Parts: sequence; C-alpha cells; structure tokens
Amino acid sequence: MLLPGPLRGEAGGASRLSVTAAGTLRAVLDEVAAEHPRLARRIRDERGELRRYVNVYVDGEDCRHSGGLATPVGDDAEVQVLPSVAGG
Amino acid sequence: MATLLAIGTAKGLFLATSADDRRSWEITGPHFPMTGVYAVAVDTRRPTPRLLAGVTSSHFGPSVATSDDLGASWDEPDAAPVAFPADTGATLGRVWQLMPAGPDEPDVVWAGTEPSALFRSTDGGRSFELVRSLWDHPHRPEWEAGFGGQAVHTVLPHPRDPARLLVAMSTGGVYRSEDAGATWAPGNTGIRAYFMPDEWPEFGQCVHKVARDAGNPERLYAQNHHGVYRSDDDGRTWSSIADGLPSDFGFPMVSHPGRANMVWTFPLVADSERFPTDHRCRVFRSADAGGKWEPLSVGLPEGPFYPAVLRDAMCADGSTPGGVYFGTRSGEVYASRDEGDSWSLVAAHLPDVLCVRAAAV
Repeated sequence: MLLPGPLRGEAGGASRLSVTAAGTLRAVLDEVAAEHPRLARRIRDERGELRRYVNVYVDGEDCRHSGGLATPVGDDAEVQVLPSVAGG
Repeated sequence: MATLLAIGTAKGLFLATSADDRRSWEITGPHFPMTGVYAVAVDTRRPTPRLLAGVTSSHFGPSVATSDDLGASWDEPDAAPVAFPADTGATLGRVWQLMPAGPDEPDVVWAGTEPSALFRSTDGGRSFELVRSLWDHPHRPEWEAGFGGQAVHTVLPHPRDPARLLVAMSTGGVYRSEDAGATWAPGNTGIRAYFMPDEWPEFGQCVHKVARDAGNPERLYAQNHHGVYRSDDDGRTWSSIADGLPSDFGFPMVSHPGRANMVWTFPLVADSERFPTDHRCRVFRSADAGGKWEPLSVGLPEGPFYPAVLRDAMCADGSTPGGVYFGTRSGEVYASRDEGDSWSLVAAHLPDVLCVRAAAV
C-alpha cells in the first residue's frame, strides 16, 4: 500500500506498507488498522466508510468505480491512497 | 508567569506567548497546518497546563490533540478521541467546543460536536464518550442546521455544582441539566426565533453563544441570531439586554472571568448584512450586566472595517486587570490588557480566526 506524504507520519515515516491480507480492499484496510490505527482513521470514518476527500486506487483504478471497499485486491496488487483535490 | 493565547484558524493553530504582562507576543505556528481549528482549550486545573485542540482536516477528518508542554509537542491516542458509537449511524463532522469542567472534576472535559452532540472525557480530554441522554433527546430530530452546520457550540459547567450543566446549539437553543447530564430540558423561554412560524417556541432558537457571569453563576448572557439576552435563573428564562447596542446580531458573547456583570460582544449589522455596525471595528462592553453598553475602539483600526468576529473568536483571560482578545475573519488578532479600554495588535495576516482562548500559564 502506497501512502501520501501527509499520512506517512502515522506509519512511522513509511511511504509503502506490505500487507498480507487479500480478498477485498476492506480486508487490506482492516489489517492496516490493526497495525496503524491512527493512519486508518485518517482514511476511514468511525462507520468504516472512506472519507469523502480520500481516494483509494487499486492497481490504478479508483475504488469508488470498482466496488468501493468490496473492490477485489489480488496478490501483488498495489493499493494507493491519495488525498483528492480539495481544500482552500 | 506568562500568558498564552491560543489562536485557532481555518488553516492551523497559532500560539502567542507574552512574558511581559501581555505587552508583546511571540508567535509559533501553524501547528496542525491546513486543518480547521474550531475549538481550543487551555486547561489550567492540572499541575502542568494542558492544551487541547479540536482539529479537522478536510481530507483526513477530525480529531482532538493534547499538549502538556505548551504546544512544543502534541499527542493523539490511537483510537479516535471523539467518535460516534456504531449504533448511532452518525459520524463526527468536527469538534466545536472543548470545555474543562469545574474544579471539583479535574479530569472531566466536555466536547460539543457537529452533528449536535455532547461528549464527556474523564481522562483530561484524551478520550471522550457520547452523552446518550442528550443524543436520545426526543427533540433531536427537530434540531436544524444553520449555515455553519448543526453543532453544540457552547458547554457551560456550573462552577459550584457539578450536577448542573448548560449546552447551546445552533439550531435548537439552550438545554439544561440538573442531574449531571442524565436528563435535559430546553431553556429558551423569552428568546425569540424570528425565523420560525411560532416566534416563541420551546426550542429551535439559534443561540450563537452563551457566557456565565463571574459573580453570580445563575446569571447568563446570550448572543442570539438576532437578540441579546440575560438570564438570572441559570438559563430557565431570558430577557432582552439589547437596548444600547447598535445591533442585536452578532456571534461572540464573553464574560469577565473574575468580575461580576462585565461582558463583551462584537455586533454585526444583521443576519442579512454581516458587517460590523457602521463598518467600524468596535467591541461593545457592559459593566452592569447589559443595562448599558459602551463602544471600545482605542487602538483598533479606524478606517472602514468589514470582517466579522466568529462566536468563539473572542475570549478573556483570568488576569487582573482583565485581558480581552478577539480575532477576525481577515486574520488579525487584537488584545486588550485593560478590559477593553485600549487594544493592540497581536498578529496580522493569519488565516480566518475561528477561536481564541487565553490563560496565565
């Protein structure tokens, strides 16, 4: 999983995390939450939904167009978290 | 002893410190850059003062951070400090208010939130729990959102009785508890809601800010969405104290922490014209609980002035003589060390000022 600069501080400075969970994006994010809970709550709210202005791409595809948190994540897939173009 | 002035802005928190009795200031920041800091508190009940900041990233959501070294470092727990339980189906928009409880409960801190809810911390503001009794109040489905959102923006503990608590929300109005938050009753009698078909409803008012008198804890002051009021019965009933003000519209209402009957506000022309009255930068002060008001402008800008002062962007410190502070939506912060008689600039060119809080540290 690839992290943007503003979130790396919540993962010990790492720009890239290796995740063993597979199946769905939800499973990947759940595993990340267990290891890095503050990182996880920057990405998803307390209902477990992706925050409105956080975009997550699975192998380059915006998950909002491919099943949301149920988006399939295969072996060796790349999950990229990016803040959307928002703010003033 | 130094004075700390915490300045929450639309793009981070700035900390101003004065070591010469509030004559000059050193400023650090922005802490939490690119977050909206709608709530900040300086909790001086602890052996070491604790700063609390409600920060909201437009991307990464809301949180509450604390600092026990006056802002040199900040900490957040792993779990979200303020979060709605799953069964509510709600998600936290932002924290609008952080308020240390009275001296009898040194580890209790209250948080008012958007959507309108009250949370209670028993560990000094590190973690909070939803106050179910207010969330489950039968009136809640009828509380509406104002332009700024729907939020509990005011929490006033009673200084002598931990069982008594008052909250105010926009919209919804004032709610009071006399049993430590187990039950709640509206306290809006006498507050007009001109924007509703019934202008004198039991609840639904758009109260902008409430302040408690230093000398008489039964006495409260409210700046309303049109209307300035005083209560002498701990918020049960209210009567107008708007006579003598150039307008009854505005957002802040600040009481002197150590002197009875003294309050400050910053009037705007009207709901439909949110500029300072006469386009002048003036604070209005009453020294007799709203009987008379006087404009204060010595040291403030003299030319045409258009920025507003938001509901939490004015505060007082507990020093003697009393310090008063306000920040504008154009990013200026002014301070008075003589209860408003004269003012000086603390900072300029900041982002929109959302809140200020000051204390001797």
